[in-house]
Amino acid sequence: MNAEGRTNDPAHGPGTGAAPAAGTEPGTAPAAGTDAAHSSSRRVRVVLVDDHRMFRAGVQAEIGRTDETGVDVVGEAGDVEQAVSVITATRPDVVLLDVHLPGGGGVEVLRRSSSLSGAADSPVRFLALSVSDAAEDVIGVIRGGARGYVTKTITGADLVDAIFRVSEGDAVFSPRLAGFVLDAFASTDAPPLDEDLDRLTQREREVLRLIARGYAYKEVAKQLFISVKTVESHVSAVLRKLQLSNRHELTRWAAARRLV
Amino acid sequence: MTPASSTAGGVGAAHAAGGGPPADDAPPPPLRKLYRSAEGRMLGGVARGLAGHLGLPVSWVRIVFVALTVTDGLGVLLYAAFWFVVPLGTGGVDTGTAGSGATVGAAGTGALGGTGRKSAPPGSTPGWHGEDAQGTPDSQDAYGWARLRVRKPDKGQLFAVLALLVGAAVIADNLQFGRVNTYLWPVLLIGLGVVLVWRQADDARRAHWAEVTRRRGLVPIARSAAGVVLVAVGVSGIVVVQGSASRLGPVLQAALAVLVGVALLAGPYLVRMMQDLSEERLMRIRAQERAEVAAHVHDSVLHTLTLIQRSADDPREVARLARAQERELRNWLYRPRGNGKEEDRRPQTLSEAVKSTAAEVEDDHGVPIEVVCVGDCPLDEGLDAQIQAAREAMVNAAKYGGDGAAAHAGAPGGGAVQVFAEVEGRTVFVSVRDRGPGFDPDAVPEDRMGVRESIVGRMRRHGGTARLRSAPGEGTEVELEMERAAES
Repeated sequence: MNAEGRTNDPAHGPGTGAAPAAGTEPGTAPAAGTDAAHSSSRRVRVVLVDDHRMFRAGVQAEIGRTDETGVDVVGEAGDVEQAVSVITATRPDVVLLDVHLPGGGGVEVLRRSSSLSGAADSPVRFLALSVSDAAEDVIGVIRGGARGYVTKTITGADLVDAIFRVSEGDAVFSPRLAGFVLDAFASTDAPPLDEDLDRLTQREREVLRLIARGYAYKEVAKQLFISVKTVESHVSAVLRKLQLSNRHELTRWAAARRLV
Repeated sequence: MTPASSTAGGVGAAHAAGGGPPADDAPPPPLRKLYRSAEGRMLGGVARGLAGHLGLPVSWVRIVFVALTVTDGLGVLLYAAFWFVVPLGTGGVDTGTAGSGATVGAAGTGALGGTGRKSAPPGSTPGWHGEDAQGTPDSQDAYGWARLRVRKPDKGQLFAVLALLVGAAVIADNLQFGRVNTYLWPVLLIGLGVVLVWRQADDARRAHWAEVTRRRGLVPIARSAAGVVLVAVGVSGIVVVQGSASRLGPVLQAALAVLVGVALLAGPYLVRMMQDLSEERLMRIRAQERAEVAAHVHDSVLHTLTLIQRSADDPREVARLARAQERELRNWLYRPRGNGKEEDRRPQTLSEAVKSTAAEVEDDHGVPIEVVCVGDCPLDEGLDAQIQAAREAMVNAAKYGGDGAAAHAGAPGGGAVQVFAEVEGRTVFVSVRDRGPGFDPDAVPEDRMGVRESIVGRMRRHGGTARLRSAPGEGTEVELEMERAAES
C-alpha cells in the first residue's frame, strides 16, 4: 500500500517551477527531491489530527524535520473537540485529518471548522488521511470539504508533497480516490439534476482514469498533451463537483459496485 | 401389559420425572436424557425418542403403544403424557434416518405424520447451530442451502393412511353406538384437535432452532386453526350430548364474546411480544455470526503477529505476512458480507477476480500491488482469459519492475505495481503498470518473448487486444482490452 499517494510528482514545489530532470523516479529517495524543492520556499504549518498517538508520533518523525521538509507541525489533536480548538488556536495552513475520530469523525471536524476553511485570506485546508477502504468514508470526507485523500501507508516524501499541493489549493487524488469518484459519477439512469455539477466532462474522465491507473500529474499531462497546470485545474474541477453535486446518494453509488 | 411395555413405560416415566438410570437397562456411562425426537417422527416423536433412549427398534415401541391403545386405551394416555412432559430434542435419531423422508412405521399415523418438515428451511443461517438442550447441531449442511423439496406422498404414507382407515373401521365396528359411547366421538375430535395444535407448536419450536423463521406460510396457521375448530366442535358435541343443546346458541355467543374481548385486550401485547421476540432472536443470531467471524479474524491476526515476530530478520517475509493479513482484515471490514476468508470460493465478478489474482501474485512475489476497480460485471470466458493475461503481466511487473526486483538489482525501488480495471459498457479494460527500469520491447529477441505468447497471443485468441508500452527508465505498462459477452 505504499504508493497510495503516488499521484504526486515529488518535485512539484510551490512556486519553484523547478521541474526535476526527466527520468527522476517519483517516490524514490525519501524526501530527497522534495527537500531541494521545498526548503527554499515558505514553510507550511500543519496540524495533525489522529486518535492514534503512535501514528501521530510516526508522522511527526517523518515529516516534522522542518529544515529538511519545509513542514512545521504546529499542533496535534486526538479527538474532534481538541481538533477544533487546536485548529482555531493555531490557524495552520494544512490539517492532516484522520477519517475515523472519536466524537463524530473527520467529517465533524470539517463541519465545525468550515468558517476557517472558507476564509477569504489564508484558508485552512484539509487533507484526509485514513486506513479505510470504504468509499462512503472517503467520498464523505471529500464532500465534507477535504482537498484530498491519501492512505496512511503513503511514504513520507509523498505525504510532504501532498501537503504542499493542498496548501496551494490543489487537490490530491490518490488512484483509489480517483476510482471511487469515477464510480460515483458513473452513468446511471438517473437524470442529472444539475448538468454542470452532476456530470464529468470527457476530459475530466480521461484525467481521472489516468490517475486511477497510477499516473502522476506530470505523466497525465504528457499522455494527454496538456500542461500540468491544466491537469490540476481538471482535478480541482472534479473536486468541486464532488463537493457540490446534489446528486442523491453519490456515496452510495460509489460504494455499491455497479454491475453494468 | 407385556413385560416389554412395562419397561418402556416405566423407565420412560421415571426419566420424564427426572429419575435415575433405567433399572434393567445396561447403564451406559453417560446418562442419556430422554427427549422426543424431532427427526423422522410420526406424531409427537415420543416413540422414536423412547426407542433411541432405550436402544430398541422404533417399531417395537410403536407396536407396544398401539397394542396398549387397542387393549384399553392406555396407550393414548401414556403417549399424551409423554408428549406433554418430555421436551422436544434430537435424541433417538440414528444418523441413517435423520433428515430423510418420512419413515414407515406403525399403522395409523400417516395422515398426521407426514407433516414434519425434513428439509432445512430456506434462508437458514450458515454456521449457526441449533440450540437444543444438548447443544447438538441440527442436521443442516454448513452453508444452509435451502433444500426445498417437493413433498410427494410416498408409498409408506399411502399405506399408512390405508391402514388408518382400516383400523378406524375395525374400531368403529367394535364400538356399540349407545348412550355409553355418545361421548366417544366428541372426545376423539377434541383429541385430534389437540394433537394437531401440539404438533404445530412442536414444529414452530423446531423451526426456531433452525433459524429465525421468516416464513409467513398459511400452512401452520391453517393447521392450528383446524385443530382449534376440531376442539371446538368436540366441546360443542359434548354440550349437545348433555342435552343442553337448546341453550347452545346463547352459550356459544357468550363464549365468543368472551374470546373476542380477551383477544382485543391481550392481542396488542401478544403481537408486540412476538415481534420483540423474533427481533431479539434475529439480532442475537446476527451478533453470533459476527462474533464468530470476528473470532476467526482475531485469531488469524494473532497468528500473523506471532509469525512476524518469528521471522523478524526476514523483512520480505514480514512484509508479505503483514500485507496478507491486512488484505484479509480489509476484506472483512469493507466487504458487504465479507467473511475474512478469501480462499473458500471462486470469484464471481471481474473486480473480485482481479483482486484475488493480484493478491496471489502479491503473496508469491512479495511485491505490493495496488488495485483500483471501476464498475463491475460478471465473468465470462473471454474475461477469464483477460484475467490470465493480467496475471502474467502482474507476475512480470513483480519480477522485473517492482520493489523486489529493484532490491535485487540494487536499483531504486519501483514501488507498488498499479492495476486498474474498468468496465464501461461492453468494454473491459485492464492495465498493469510498474515503475521499474523498463525495457525496449523491440530489443528483446523473438525467442525470448514469453510476454508475446502468454499475454498478447492469449488476448488475441479470445478476440481482445493487448498493448505493451515500455521504455528504458520509464517503467512498463500493459493494457488489455476485451469485449465482454452480451448481457448474461
